[in-house]
Amino acid sequence: MATTTTLAKADESVEYAARLEHVSKSFATPGGQQLVLDDITLDVAPGEFVTLLGASGCGKSTLLNLVAGLDRPTAGSIATDGRPALMFQEHALFPWLTAGKNIELALKLRGVPKNDRRDKAEQLLELVRLKGAYGKRVHELSGGMRQRAALARSLAQESRLLLMDEPFSALDAITRDVLHDELTRIWEETGLSVLFVTHNVREAVRLAQRVILLSSRPGRIAREWEVGIPQPRRIEDAPVAELSLEITDVLRGEIRRHGQH
Amino acid sequence: MASTETTPAKDAGSVEAGLDALETTATSRPTLRQTFTGKILPPIIALAVVLVVWTLLVPVVDDPSKLPSPAAVGDAFKDAWLKGDLLGYIWTSVSRGLLGFLFALVIGTPLGLLVARVKFVRAAIGPILSGLQSLPSVAWVPPAVIWLGLNNSMMYAVILLGAVPSIANGLVSGVDQVPPLFLRAGRTMGATGVKGIWHVVLPAAMPGYVAGLKQGWAFSWRSLMAAEIIASFPDLGVGLGQLLENARTASDMAMVFEAIILILFVGIAIDLLIFSPLERWVLRSRGLLVKS
Repeated sequence: MATTTTLAKADESVEYAARLEHVSKSFATPGGQQLVLDDITLDVAPGEFVTLLGASGCGKSTLLNLVAGLDRPTAGSIATDGRPALMFQEHALFPWLTAGKNIELALKLRGVPKNDRRDKAEQLLELVRLKGAYGKRVHELSGGMRQRAALARSLAQESRLLLMDEPFSALDAITRDVLHDELTRIWEETGLSVLFVTHNVREAVRLAQRVILLSSRPGRIAREWEVGIPQPRRIEDAPVAELSLEITDVLRGEIRRHGQH
Repeated sequence: MASTETTPAKDAGSVEAGLDALETTATSRPTLRQTFTGKILPPIIALAVVLVVWTLLVPVVDDPSKLPSPAAVGDAFKDAWLKGDLLGYIWTSVSRGLLGFLFALVIGTPLGLLVARVKFVRAAIGPILSGLQSLPSVAWVPPAVIWLGLNNSMMYAVILLGAVPSIANGLVSGVDQVPPLFLRAGRTMGATGVKGIWHVVLPAAMPGYVAGLKQGWAFSWRSLMAAEIIASFPDLGVGLGQLLENARTASDMAMVFEAIILILFVGIAIDLLIFSPLERWVLRSRGLLVKS
């Protein structure tokens, strides 16, 4: 079992966006307790971009739910710097509100005074390049625009940590590429910490400073890589492809073990 | 972080603008002419066909006490209008119906919310509530008369018993159909408890709720007519149900037709003026109403 801690500071002030210590999670199934996550220890530093990578059954979405506080771990502890924002594979925008009002709802729930909400919402829309979409209904937006509006709504929570659960996997390849560029830009502009879950190795390498590979059933940290390639990167860049190849080989090795018994 | 507003990012902006333009299609409102030929003309033609068939049938039946001519029914309308009674009949019934419906709304909404959200309540009264929908509300008239006597309260009681189950059930099915994703998204934004219900559950449940309101109105109106026909009593004021009953006792078939037509059209008119626009607005704002 490979565990890893990146931040070894004795100092107790908040030096992490998220800190997971020996986190395990099991669910009750008809066949007894099923262990989904096993002894995950992991830090996300302030401003860091980390991707969690794994095949199906590695519990990556379960892990995000735990960090988001939507579920509680069976064992271990999770600490975050404030309540994290969570973005899903589906946009999860509320269809009864316009794009702008969706963002204003997040602001309202955070306690932003009424008079400031409109301006803030417009600013956030501009940040995700959706200027002019304030009054648009969700069904009037394309898939890529919806995910950007959802990103703007997540940003409206002003969390230090943004959790992303395969947010681009339902988009077409062209749109996804563009959104990778946008996410990198926004991450750099805002200084957010991001914990990004994906099963797409190249996407993981394209975006992250650090890639963490989870094994499956139960999910354990199998290995991690620092990605030293400078941003802006493109998914086609040779160093990205090279590291992706290396990670894919290890990932396949992990998957292969499950076919042997 | 490195401050890099560099080419790929700028590129992304313009590519994105292109993608957005490619993937969104403009929708246009139908023209007045399209609305006329598509929506207004067909019912007018249907109505004309009914009138023609009716007129042709009158000489075949040849008995004004069974089938009055359209002209005779028209005269019945004209008389009631000239005497100044017509609007009075309508108003008596409509005001009762709408007030009763408002009571039903006030009771049915929290009841539906309780059934939808509290497991015990759902197990306890959920099946009864949906079973009550299939009980004809006219069945409530005899007990209501015995409990409350021949007065307006009895009418309201019958309306309530007819409409509350529909409204509550509509809200329950609306809440049941709220995608779990919305609830999770709401919770990550801090919409929990009452805030969650107000900002996420209720608006998300609107389509089912409005369908329940629509049905609730239909049931209110039916129950009220049943109550007015059975419990017709001079002191109660003459509503459309009483008009129908009075016409029957006077064996005045033209007036019977007048009353039936009024009951039908007032029910439809309230639906067209209040509930259908409400439903269309709710569905359209969610992109659920696809124009064909």
